[in-house]
Amino acid sequence: MRFDWSFWLAALHEIPEEFVRIVAALVALCVFIPVNALVLVYLERKVAGHVQRRPGPFEVGPHGILQTVADALKLVGKQLFRPYGADRVLFWLAAILAFAPVFVLFLPIPFGPVLTTLDVNLGLLLILAFAGVNVLSICLAGWSANNKWSLIGAARGVAQCVAYEIPLLLALLAVAFMKGSLNLSQIVQGQGNWPWQWNVVTQPIAFLVYFVCAVAETNRSPFDLPEAESELTAGFHTEYSGMGFGMFFLSEYANMIVVCAVAVSVFLGGWKGPLLPGLWWFLGKVYGLLLVIMWFRWTYPRVRFDQLLNLNWKWLMPLSIANLVLTAFVMKVV
Amino acid sequence: MGTLDPGFTEMLSGDFYTRRLASEAGESTLVLNMGPQHPSTHGVLRVIIELDGEYILRAEPVLGYLHRMHEKMAEDRTYIQYLPNMGRVDYLHAMAWNWAYVGAVERLAGIEVPERAEYIRVIVTELNRISSHLVWWGAYLLDLGAFTPILYAFEDREIILDLLQIPTGSRLTYSYFRPGGVAYDINEEFLAGLKTFIPYMRGRLPMYRDLVTDNIILKGRLEKVGVIPLEMCRRYGATGPVVRGSGKRYDVRIAEPYSVYGRFSFDIPTHSDGDCMGRYLVRMAEIEQSLAILEQAAESIPPGPHLVKGAPKVRWKPPAGEAYFAVEGARGKIGVHLVSDGTNTPYRCKLRAPGFSNMSLFAELSRGVLLADAVAILGSLDLVIPEMDR
Repeated sequence: MRFDWSFWLAALHEIPEEFVRIVAALVALCVFIPVNALVLVYLERKVAGHVQRRPGPFEVGPHGILQTVADALKLVGKQLFRPYGADRVLFWLAAILAFAPVFVLFLPIPFGPVLTTLDVNLGLLLILAFAGVNVLSICLAGWSANNKWSLIGAARGVAQCVAYEIPLLLALLAVAFMKGSLNLSQIVQGQGNWPWQWNVVTQPIAFLVYFVCAVAETNRSPFDLPEAESELTAGFHTEYSGMGFGMFFLSEYANMIVVCAVAVSVFLGGWKGPLLPGLWWFLGKVYGLLLVIMWFRWTYPRVRFDQLLNLNWKWLMPLSIANLVLTAFVMKVV
Repeated sequence: MGTLDPGFTEMLSGDFYTRRLASEAGESTLVLNMGPQHPSTHGVLRVIIELDGEYILRAEPVLGYLHRMHEKMAEDRTYIQYLPNMGRVDYLHAMAWNWAYVGAVERLAGIEVPERAEYIRVIVTELNRISSHLVWWGAYLLDLGAFTPILYAFEDREIILDLLQIPTGSRLTYSYFRPGGVAYDINEEFLAGLKTFIPYMRGRLPMYRDLVTDNIILKGRLEKVGVIPLEMCRRYGATGPVVRGSGKRYDVRIAEPYSVYGRFSFDIPTHSDGDCMGRYLVRMAEIEQSLAILEQAAESIPPGPHLVKGAPKVRWKPPAGEAYFAVEGARGKIGVHLVSDGTNTPYRCKLRAPGFSNMSLFAELSRGVLLADAVAILGSLDLVIPEMDR
């Protein structure tokens, strides 16, 4: 029987364009996220090295550029160890849950003028909703590992993430009020090429609150309490080895990119900028923010847990609410 | 779960110490082993804690994981053969332990020490004190979650180690002192290095202050945390920066003057708050005071022999009797009590380790504090585990 080309071509046309876009984006993300994580880990170690007046990784490849590749291979090759008494299903589910939502988080982010996978009206909401899954994974990891340090780390992680999500959301909401949209592409469109046309000028408090919360949400120093090394050995991922740990590691760096990408889209003009194509501006701004987060990590000591929550409930929360009310007032009256 | 050997499951429930603490634990509390392998116990201190949420209800330190029987070893070797042990009691301030031991031997046998040797002793001990404080500073900030300071501290410490390597030949476990002086004389290279180091280190201290001491997060972590009342210091016999951080101006260099310390003008820094910040500031100020002593000693060091003629050799026998000698170490009062029966080995050698007394505070002090504060308190006591266990 002869192969019926026309039938299959017609069937191909039946596939919705959106579906093709998502599949293509997911494939691209499968490359983008790990490669970015490799670059970021290398960058972090170089930044740490230079902050600490040492060269950082230098042995594998020129200027140690292949060091993270070697480390990733080592992680993949390691035995996956599950401690005695750990819950088999939940233990591995937690590691997968840490990483899986990351793919969804990247979909609504406008990387460039046309480089947006899901140009949906609720893009911001989608990101915030799926970012919450991370808390579940921390909770499960800490609970299922049958380790007391993990449990304390998980309890800290949940309290911290849940608390900091609220001002984070309120800060983003202030911008959404102004722009009248939750669509990230539209929010970017509403900003100009130059820094004084960005939302950070009109919403400086929201940006500040968002950025502090973003650092806390990604469990980065000085808010790295769930994995506080000197207190809880390694916190919620104490018992994970090999790629089990690698998943948490990967998701940490992927989440850092996401929070910085949202910050750039919402506050710093997204892909807009003079001369260069949009994608480069976007990545440049994201990496600029990532460097700031790394700089925090290698400079500050860790805050204490009650101080962390005090900062949130006593300062960031009232500040973001006041900012929101003020924004609403200005939008309505002026 | 599969069937397991009952012995194995019993092992998982902890050892004698854990079970004893757990048997008295409340219904809704968590009994947790902090150590012997834990990043912030600096070696092998083990603290069993009972937690209610993040609050510590009880804490019980368990010692002995690094016990090497230094006191018993003294009874088995001659007075001179025992010298290398002293560098291994407290590896961070080995010079002070050297000094405490040879001081006791000298007092026992009435050996005079040449003036130049006394100056050399002061110089190397103060240098070693600075390096010890630098390690404490870096490690303490590591406990508090700041990664960078330890590398800055080690950069400066490296210079001290290089310097001390010139006369001693070793970098950590010095065995430099001899009854009646020191093993080798210092040379011009050492003195020149010392004279460049003092202004260099003075220039580094403001950077330390800007980077760390004035940091608002650090202040939040240390101020009003782990307040030790002076009365508690007295009960536990705490010495060194711990008691000075609680406002008592006690320093063996002043209280029981030894060697040539009386000839130098230096201050004994104290702090009245008694919290972790107080102990922190006292140690930072002590670095400056040690630099002041070094500066004066380097200028006024007299010529002469570095070791007295007829200094004790390996099979030397002291007269029968007892002697006690105390020096101020980086962690507090180091005391060595020697009992001689006239043979060439000590009858008894008692080592008073300041870390042991300072650590004893911890169980009482950590009651009711947060887990993160317990780490801050433990670090502020500047514990060196081999010294505690001896």
